[in-house]
Amino acid sequence: MADDRIDVRKTYKLYIGGAFPRSESGRSYVVRAADGSPIANACRASRKDLREAVRAARKAAGGWADKTAMNRGQVLYRVAELMEGRRDQFVAEVSGAEGLKEAKARELVARSIDRWVWYAGWADKISQVLGSANPVAAPYFNFTIPEPTGVVGLVAPEQSSLLGLVSRLAPPLVTGNAVVVIASETRPLPSVTLGEVLATSDVPAGVVNILTGLKTELVPVMAGHVDVDAMDVWGVPDDLRTEVEMVAADNVKRLSRRPAGVADARFDWLDDRATERPEWIAAFLEMKTVWHPIGV
Amino acid sequence: MAIPTKSDRPRAGEIVRPGDAAPSSWGLGDGAAIPWDYAPAPESRDVVTIKERYGLFIGGREVAASDGQTFTTVNPATEEPLALVARGTPADMDRGVKAARKAFRRWGALAGRERAKYLYRIARILQERSREFAVLESMDSGKPIKESRDVDVPLAAAHFWYYAGWADKLEYAFPGRVARPLGVAAQIIPWNFPLLMLAWKIAPALAAGNTVVLKPASTTPLSALLFAEVCQQAELPAGVVNIIPGPGEVGMALVTHQDVDKVAFTGSTDIGKQIARGVAGSNKALTLELGGKAANIVFDDAPLDQAVEGIINGIYFNQGEVCCAGSRLLAQESIVEPLIDKLKDRLATIRVGDPLDKNTDVGAINSKAQLEKITELVAAGTAEGAEMYQPACDLPARGYFFRPTLFTNVAQSHRIAREEIFGPVLSVLTFRTPEEAVEKANNTAYGLSAGIWTDKGSRILHMVKRMKAGVVWANTFNRFDPTSPFGGYKESGFGREGGMHGLHAYVRLEDR
Repeated sequence: MADDRIDVRKTYKLYIGGAFPRSESGRSYVVRAADGSPIANACRASRKDLREAVRAARKAAGGWADKTAMNRGQVLYRVAELMEGRRDQFVAEVSGAEGLKEAKARELVARSIDRWVWYAGWADKISQVLGSANPVAAPYFNFTIPEPTGVVGLVAPEQSSLLGLVSRLAPPLVTGNAVVVIASETRPLPSVTLGEVLATSDVPAGVVNILTGLKTELVPVMAGHVDVDAMDVWGVPDDLRTEVEMVAADNVKRLSRRPAGVADARFDWLDDRATERPEWIAAFLEMKTVWHPIGV
Repeated sequence: MAIPTKSDRPRAGEIVRPGDAAPSSWGLGDGAAIPWDYAPAPESRDVVTIKERYGLFIGGREVAASDGQTFTTVNPATEEPLALVARGTPADMDRGVKAARKAFRRWGALAGRERAKYLYRIARILQERSREFAVLESMDSGKPIKESRDVDVPLAAAHFWYYAGWADKLEYAFPGRVARPLGVAAQIIPWNFPLLMLAWKIAPALAAGNTVVLKPASTTPLSALLFAEVCQQAELPAGVVNIIPGPGEVGMALVTHQDVDKVAFTGSTDIGKQIARGVAGSNKALTLELGGKAANIVFDDAPLDQAVEGIINGIYFNQGEVCCAGSRLLAQESIVEPLIDKLKDRLATIRVGDPLDKNTDVGAINSKAQLEKITELVAAGTAEGAEMYQPACDLPARGYFFRPTLFTNVAQSHRIAREEIFGPVLSVLTFRTPEEAVEKANNTAYGLSAGIWTDKGSRILHMVKRMKAGVVWANTFNRFDPTSPFGGYKESGFGREGGMHGLHAYVRLEDR
C-alpha cells in the first residue's frame, strides 16, 4: 500500500523575517543533484528580497543582542536539538546535493549539529576571553567589552551545503548579530531546511534570513548595501571578489575572508581544529572601551 | 598685572585687549576676556636642531628621493619654512618595501625577548630626548607645547614600553594559538599626532615581529624623521623601520604594493575608503582608524563644572584636530542655559597663540588647507542658521589660527552637526530623555568615541551599552593609554590600537 502513495513534495522558499515567502520577483531556478538530475526549483531571490532581508535583520538585531548571553546560548542550543530531529531529512538533502553516500552524509549532518552545539556554548564565554580590564597609568577604571557588529551578510560556502553553512553562520549569531545568508547557489536545499528549523526554534524572526538564488545577482547588492555592517565573503566566487570588496568599502564594511591559500572546494569542514575557532566569532565583534574616573 | 575695576564689561565677540576691562562679576556667560594677562613663557628652541634637509629613511640609512625632489615643511604658527624634506616616490616605496622584506627574514625570526630589548631601548631614548621631540613636534604641527610635552611624547614612549613587554609573551595573548608576524606592514599616519600615531603603528608591529614602511603626513614629517635617528641610536637592524614622507598618491603606491602583507591607516574616512578599495581582492590584512563626530552627552545631574572642563578638553584639545573630539555637545534641556553660560566663561580663559608658549591652550591649525576647511564649515554653520559664538581673543598676525568656536541652535541636519570639522568648533544640540540622547548620539555614520556626564552609575552603564562607539568616556574625555584599546564602530574604521587587542592587527594565528 505504501508503494501506491504519492509523495507530498516540498516547495523550497526563502526565509525572511521569520516567514517563508517566494521571491517577490516570481522567479525560480532549477537545483540539480550532483549527478545533474533536477531535484527541485529554488527561489531565485531578487535584490528587493535582499533588501527586505536586511531590513528584517536590522529590526531583529537589537533585541537579539540585548538578550542575556546565557539565554542566547540556550536558544541556539535548542536549534541543535531541533536539527537532531530532522537528521534524516538533512541527510537526504546533503547526500543529494553533494553526491555523497548516505554514511558520509550522516557524518556531515552529525558534525553540523555538534558544531552548532560547540559555538552555542561560546555565548556566555567569549566576553571573558576577548574582553579585558586595562591597567591604565592614571586613576581610571578602564575596561573593554566585545559587542556584536550588527547586521552581517554571509555568503555561504558553495561546496559544503550544511556543515560549511553552519560553521560560518553560528559564529556571528552566537554574539548577537543578525545575519542575512546568501546560500550556496548550486546546493541550496539544506539551507532552506535549516531555515525551517530556525523558524520553529526560539531564534527570533529576522535574526537569520536565508536567500537562495544567483550569487552574481545577489552578492554585489549585499556588498553595496549600506545597512550591512559586516560581510563574510567566504563563498564569494573568485571572479567577483575584487569587485565585492571594492563596493564593500563604501560603508567601511568589516570583511571576513577565507584565509589566503584556502580554496572553498578543498576545505575540510570536518576538521574541528580548523573550523571551531573563536577568531571566527571575533570577526563580527566590535570592541568597546570604557573609561571612568576613580575617586571619592 | 593690576586688575581693573571698570564695571562696563565688553560685549561678547568684541575684541578685548588684555587689561582693558574686567567683568563686574563672573558666571554671567557673556565670555568677556579675563582681566589679566600672562607673561610670555616660551619654551626654548635650543633643545632641537632642525637640519636644513632631511632624506628618506630606508634600509637604516638616510637617502635622497629617487627623483631628487623635495618639499618644504612649514611651521604653521609662523608660516616660516622649517626644512626641506625628500619627497618619496612610488619607486622609493618599492625600495622601502624591499628593505623591509629583507629585514623581515631576520627580525621575524628573532627571539621575542631580543625584539623586546630593542623596543625598550626606543622607549628609553624617547624619554631621554622627550623635550627635543616635544619642541620639534610643536614647531612642525602647531600643537601647544603643553600637549606635545605632557601627552604626545610621553604616551609615544609609553606605547613602545608597553608593547616591548608583549614581544616575548605573545603566546599568552592568544590562548591556544601561535601568533606569527604578518610580514611587511605599510603604515600611513595623519598630521594631528605625528609621533604618537607613529608609536601606535610601529610599536605593536615590531613587537609581533613585523617590519614596517611608514609614511608620515606631508605637513608633519619631522618627528618621524627624528625617530629614524632614534632607530639608529637604538641600533635597530637596518630595514626594520623605514620612513618615507610624501604626498597621498605615494601612500597609495605603498598600500597597493604587491609585497605588502598588512596595511594600517589612520586618517579621514574618505581616504580610508580609498585605501580599503586599494586593498580589495588582495590577501593583505587591513585596519582603519578613521574620522569621528563624537557626542558628548551631559545629563542634568552631571557635575557641571567638571563637565565644562571635559567639554572644553573634548573639543579644544589639539585645536579640535582630533578624530575622537567631542564635537557634538548633547545637553539635557533643563541645564542648557547654565551650561552654555559656563562654557562661554571658560572659553574666555582659553589662551590661543604661540604653540611654543607654555601657557598656550590652543595652538595653530596644522595647515592652510585645514584652516580653509574649518573656515568653510563654520561659514556653513552660520549660513544654515546656527548661532555662532567666539570669545574675544587676539590671534597672532601670522600663522594659521582659529578662534575657539561654539554653535548653538544647531539642528542634526546642519553640516556642522554631521561632518567632521577637525577644528576647534563645538556644536551644541539638546535632548530631553536618555532615549533621545541615544538616538541623536548614534545618528551619524561615524562611531569612534562618545562622552557621558552624569552622577548616576546605572545611567552611565545604560548609555555605555547603547552608544555605537569604540571608546566611551564617562565623566571624563580624551583619555589615552597604551593599555587601552582604541578604534571605531561603523565608518570610523575597524581594528583596535592599544592593549592586547592592538596586537591582533599584526599577527596571523596558527594552530598550536
